[in-house]
Amino acid sequence: MAAKYLASEKLPAWLAELAASRVVLVPVKERDAVVFRPYSEGVKPVLDRQANVPPKASIFPASESLMSFKYIKNPEDLGQVAVEVHETVDAPPTVVFGGRPCDVRGFNIFDRVYDCPKVQDPYYKARRENTLFVTLACEDAENACFCHWVGSSPSDPVGSDVLLTPIQGGYLVEDVSKRGKALLSSKLLADGSKRSTEAKAVHKAALESLGEVWNPEKAPAKLLEKFDDMGFWEDVSAKCVSCGACTYLCPTCYCFNVTDERSGMKGERIRTWDNCMSYLFTLEASGHNPRPTKAHRLKNRVGHKFSYYPDIHEGIFACCGCGRCIKLCPVSVDIREIVRLAVERPTAKPEKS
Amino acid sequence: MPLLEELKAQITRRLPELDLVIGWGQGYDPLHHTPVFIKTEADLDKLVFDPLCVHNLSTYLTRYVHGKKLGVVVKGCDSRSVVELLQEKLIKREDVVVFGLPCEGVADLGKIKRALAEQDLDIGRVRTVSFEKGSLALTVAGKNVELPMSKVLADKCGRCKYHNAVIHDEFAGQPIEGQSQDAYEDVAAFEGQTLEERMEFWREQMERCVRCYACRNACPLCVCRDYCIAQSREPGWVSQRDGLEEKLFFQMIHATHLAGRCTECGECERACPVDIPLLLLKRKLNKEILDLFDYRAGTEPDVKPPLLSFKVKEENINERGW
Repeated sequence: MAAKYLASEKLPAWLAELAASRVVLVPVKERDAVVFRPYSEGVKPVLDRQANVPPKASIFPASESLMSFKYIKNPEDLGQVAVEVHETVDAPPTVVFGGRPCDVRGFNIFDRVYDCPKVQDPYYKARRENTLFVTLACEDAENACFCHWVGSSPSDPVGSDVLLTPIQGGYLVEDVSKRGKALLSSKLLADGSKRSTEAKAVHKAALESLGEVWNPEKAPAKLLEKFDDMGFWEDVSAKCVSCGACTYLCPTCYCFNVTDERSGMKGERIRTWDNCMSYLFTLEASGHNPRPTKAHRLKNRVGHKFSYYPDIHEGIFACCGCGRCIKLCPVSVDIREIVRLAVERPTAKPEKS
Repeated sequence: MPLLEELKAQITRRLPELDLVIGWGQGYDPLHHTPVFIKTEADLDKLVFDPLCVHNLSTYLTRYVHGKKLGVVVKGCDSRSVVELLQEKLIKREDVVVFGLPCEGVADLGKIKRALAEQDLDIGRVRTVSFEKGSLALTVAGKNVELPMSKVLADKCGRCKYHNAVIHDEFAGQPIEGQSQDAYEDVAAFEGQTLEERMEFWREQMERCVRCYACRNACPLCVCRDYCIAQSREPGWVSQRDGLEEKLFFQMIHATHLAGRCTECGECERACPVDIPLLLLKRKLNKEILDLFDYRAGTEPDVKPPLLSFKVKEENINERGW
């Protein structure tokens, strides 16, 4: 791993250099929210706090066209209709700059679903291959942060190509992947080999600012045990308003909906973010809904992250501990509290009928 | 007796006849309160009341089946939503016990965030909070910060005419005297811009929308929820694309559904995770309703809302004279 140093005043020049040949997404402030937007000259990245919306859309857009289609009637026989289909893969070369370790760790959870031996999603894969992550290690934890619970940390390099650590006067710039190494060839970067100790101290202080670790290792089994304990789920979901903010802002939530948006003889098949907090998520064509209440739906969300996913993915939690679902929830539903209660509270035995 | 103690005593007295009472409690950090659901006397220990009790808890009243007896703790603005729900027959009077409070205003966490950012501090790192004589005292990243309440009060509180719950079965504390005027000056100022400027403003704002529908689901009067046409495929009125058209279209649907019903509690805007000023849209329509019908939603329990009634000739609409 090469350690380079980027002086703060050279940051705009480096961003401009990166942006010369690709889209560079940086966190910017819009009113009170921080969101990722393409970099261009004069754009001021916000690097002192976590963005409201993670850069999830860089690889998994909120809405993407899978294909466009057109129906063509045979003029000789109007009953005969042919369909013309064009696959549309949109994957421009991209660098996501200034996301946090939790923001990019989410894609490792995606990878096991969208790019694995059994399933290879061409849309996801194309963008994954064309997107690099220059990640910024955190200096200090926010109150809703809990990356250390789920096996990560404020300086976790997993999923990043380059890791930046804020140090006196600028950033220590370290390559994590082979592709990341290529980004370090810029002449704007100076030698940073003597400043690794400084960065390590930042990493240590950030981890300590997170406070005590709570280990959710028992969560998968305990959550499964509570599957039929609807009293528990009604209790912990009482304040949930069943919107989708938690899932849409989650760097690890990957569920989608597919709809044909057709107008006349042509249209598009699109894939859009969907969310398990929505009644329509599981509404069946028959009219039956296996998850009729918000209690059922929140059970799925917590269960998926801390039980069902780890059960089939070597114990890895489908949660990166970014805390957005807590701090941006309109009513402060706290997933940490729900998981902890699921582990600690005795499970009610179902009544025998 | 201090207000909170009085409230607890009232809830204790009424609890035997209720399935639960919805109030506020401490959330995950000192700045965030959270709704709490009180079922037993022991749960009363969780109850808090101060300017961080921002949520309009009446939004939960329509989430339970009819026949459940619910208690709800409301500030003046929240109580207007209860009135509107009753007027629209979305809840039954006999099913709800209203614990009314006087309120001198709640904090706008967005304003606290901005005030702290001015000092290079982050709202996510607030460690302690207290309210002292007209100011909010915070400790953030080892620093003590004092913000005057006037700087952090929600905009809606500055124009509030209803500090005391307008409907209640129990009322704790002393009613607050005085009221502000709301002549919709903010809306009028916005309307002073050209159409292009206004459209550009909304384009910029809606660009951030993630279509999470927190605005819809936090709204106490937005009651279609699971059956909202924004997501339904039959009929498929709104495309699932995430372009500005769809986002703005949804907000237009939301705003028009709330015309003359919205009590301006501001939950839509507060719930938005990307800070879109949604209340402005609702206030624009309410300004029209006030002009046309001389009506403010949720203020007069015995009046039928104008858009739920029919008159052959509206007094303020000169149909023949067009």
